Amino acid sequence: MLFCRNGRGDSLTLEGRVVAPAQGIDECLRVTVSDGVISALEPAPASALVLAPAFVDPHVHLRTPGREDEETIASGTRAAAAGGYCAILAMPNTEPVVDSAAVLGSLVERAREEAVVPTGFMAAISKGQGGEELSEMVELANAGAAAFTDDGRPVVSAGLLRRALQYGSLTSRPLALHCEDPSLSRGGHAHEGAVTAELGLGGYPSLGESVMVERDLALAAAEERPLHVMHVSARESVHALRRARAAGASATGEVTPHHLVLTDEAVRSLDPNVKMNPPLRAEDDRRALIDAVRDGTLSVIATDHAPHARHEKDVPFEEAPFGVIGLETAFAALHTHLVLPGVVTLETILERMSAGPARVFGLPELRIEVGARANLVQLDLDADWEVTEAGFESLSANSWLLGETLRGRVTRTVADGREVFSA
Amino acid sequence: MSDPRVPAGPRRHLLTVSDLTSDDVARILETADGLASSLDREVKKLPTLRGRTVVNLFYESSTRTLASFELAAKRLSADTMSLRSSGSSVDKGESLKDTAATMAAYDPDVIVIRHPAIGAPQVVARSTQAHVVNAGDGKHQHPTQALLDLYAMEEALGRLEGLHVAIVGDVLHSRVARSLVQALALVGARSTVIGPPTLLPRGIEALGCAASTDLADARDADVLYVLRMQRERMQAGEAFVPSLREYSALYGITPERVRPGQVVMHPGPMNRGIEIDPRVADSDAALVADQVRAGLVVRMAVLYDVLTVAAVRAPVTEAVA
Repeated sequence: MLFCRNGRGDSLTLEGRVVAPAQGIDECLRVTVSDGVISALEPAPASALVLAPAFVDPHVHLRTPGREDEETIASGTRAAAAGGYCAILAMPNTEPVVDSAAVLGSLVERAREEAVVPTGFMAAISKGQGGEELSEMVELANAGAAAFTDDGRPVVSAGLLRRALQYGSLTSRPLALHCEDPSLSRGGHAHEGAVTAELGLGGYPSLGESVMVERDLALAAAEERPLHVMHVSARESVHALRRARAAGASATGEVTPHHLVLTDEAVRSLDPNVKMNPPLRAEDDRRALIDAVRDGTLSVIATDHAPHARHEKDVPFEEAPFGVIGLETAFAALHTHLVLPGVVTLETILERMSAGPARVFGLPELRIEVGARANLVQLDLDADWEVTEAGFESLSANSWLLGETLRGRVTRTVADGREVFSA
Repeated sequence: MSDPRVPAGPRRHLLTVSDLTSDDVARILETADGLASSLDREVKKLPTLRGRTVVNLFYESSTRTLASFELAAKRLSADTMSLRSSGSSVDKGESLKDTAATMAAYDPDVIVIRHPAIGAPQVVARSTQAHVVNAGDGKHQHPTQALLDLYAMEEALGRLEGLHVAIVGDVLHSRVARSLVQALALVGARSTVIGPPTLLPRGIEALGCAASTDLADARDADVLYVLRMQRERMQAGEAFVPSLREYSALYGITPERVRPGQVVMHPGPMNRGIEIDPRVADSDAALVADQVRAGLVVRMAVLYDVLTVAAVRAPVTEAVA
C-alpha cells in the first residue's frame, strides 16, 4: 500500500529525549538502528533534541500526473522528508484522475523509482471524480489504492455516496470525504462573515461544510461503515462528528495546521497564500478545532499540502486558486503557535501527526522498540528558522508562513529504516 | 499576517478607505475645494504635477471614472497614459503582474487601477514602485467614489457631521456601498444600508452602519443613496431576488418615497425604472450631475495628495527605492 525506492536499511545511532505518546515513553535514549531495524535502546544523557515516531500525512497533493511543474513524486517526498514524515498519502485529483488501475499502476511504478518517503495513493470514489459512477474500487484496491476519496470535490449525490459506502465494504480501504455543498459554497472565496462583508468577497459559509458532514455521517451510520472527514474547518462540523462518535460511529476527522493557527482575519491582507478550501474560519471555529484535537474528536493532523505554480498564485486574491503547501512547516508551525503558548501539548501534537493518521488509514503501527522498523523524526525544539521561498524542497512556494520565523525544527528523518533527511 | 512581498515603508497608496484617517479625508476635501475654484477660470490647467506621470490601467468598462481620472491628471499638467484591457496585451493573456511591470518600466508616479478582481490593486502595489490608487476592485472598494460622494454631500447640505445617509439596494455586490459606509464613519456621519435580505452581507454592521430590510427606515435620512441593481445578479440559478419587478416594487425610489428635503444620489450608471424612477433621477433633489463634477476635483485632490503628502511623510525609505 506504500511504495518507495528500493534499498537497504541504514545503520545509524540517534540520541535524544524519546517521546512516543502511544507507547507511553518519555525518556532520554540512544537508539541504535542496524540495517533499518531498531537493534538497541539504551539510556543516554539528557538532550535538547526530541526523538519521536516520524509523521504520517494522509492528505498530500503530489500533482502527478499532470502538473509536474508544481510537484513531482520526487520533490513532494523530499519535502515530506524535510518535514519529518515517514509516510504520505497522495490525492487522486490529478490529470488524469487516479480512477483506474492503469493510472494507479504507473504512479506505483514512479514511486518505486522516485519516492524518498513511502507513498500511498488514494483512488477516486467516482469515475473522473465526476460524482456519477463508482470507480472500480475492488480492482483499484487490488492495484494498491490506499483509500478512496474524491478530494477537491465533494460527492454531491447522496445516492452515490451510499453506494460507495455499501460497495466499498468489498475492500478494506477507508473512505475519506471532502464535505462541501456546492450550492452553498459556490462563488465563495473566504469564510462568510464580517471579513467577507467588509472585503466584498463571496462568502463560503460554515454551513457549506457542516450540512454535508451531517449528511455523510448519517449515511455512514445507516450503512454501519467507517468514514473519515477530511480538513474539518467549522465548529458545527466538529460538533456533528463528536455526536456521531459518541453514538458509536467509527467516524474520524482531520484538521490542517493552517486551520488550527489562522482565522479569516488573515484574509484582510488579500494575500493569495491564505486562500484555501475549506476557508480559514472564525476564532470560535479555531477554538473548537483545537478542543477537538485535544479530546481526539479530530485524531489526525494533515497538511492538505497543495502546491500551486508561482504565476498562478501571484494574481489578485479573487482569481487565485485555493490551497497552500504545508509539509515542510507543519510541525514547526504547530510547535510555535500551539505548543509553546501552552495551548496543546507536544505529546498530543506528535500523536495526531503520527499514530493518529496511521490508525485511521490502517498503516503499520509506528513503534520505537527493539525489532521494529525505524521510523523516526528528530526535532530541535529550540531552533529558530525563517520560512523563505528559497528554503523549500517542494517545487512550489505557496506557503502561508513565508517570512515568518518559527521555533522548532526537524533535524533528521528516518523513514522505513533509511535516513531520508538530515539538516 | 503581513505580506512579506510588500516593501516596508510608507509609500502612500489609496487602496481602500480604511487606508485613510479623518484628517486625511478632511485634507483631501479641502484640497478639492481649493481646486474647484480653479475650474472657474478661463485657463483651467494648473502646473502642480508637471513632470509627473499618471498611468490609468482599466480592466473593466468605465465611462465616468476613467474620463475623470484622465482629465484630473491633465488639469494638473501631469503626463497621462491610459490602458484598457481590450485591444491591449491583456487580450493576449498577459498577467496583471506583467502588465503592471511593463507600465512600471516607464517609471510612473501614480498607477490608477480598475479591475474586476478583489485584490488587484494589491498586486500592482507589490509589483511596482508607483503610488497606487484604486479606481474600483471587484466588489471590494472604490475609495475615490466615496470621497467624491462626501464632497457632493457637503456641497449640497453644508455639512457632513451628523448626517444620516440611507444606502439602498444591492449592498452585497457593491464596492461603492462598502467604501461609502467607511468614509461616512470617518467624518462623523451615520449610515443605514437597506436592501432585500439576500443582498445584505451578513456582518456588514461591523463596518459601522445599521442594516435594515425596510425602506421605511430611510424616512429620516438626509440622503437617499441609490445603488445600481445589476442585471447579472438575476442569472438563472443565481438569482438573489425573484424578479426585478418585485425588487422595484419594494425598493425602487419613486417620487412618493422621497421625503421633501431629502437629496438623492446615485453612483451611475442608472437603471431608470428599476432602482430609480426617472422622475426622481431628473428632479432637483437628485445630485447625480454634481457627483460627476465632484469626481473631477476630488480625483485631482487625490492625485495631488498621494504624491505630495507621501513626500512629507516618507522622505527616507522612498529615496532608497
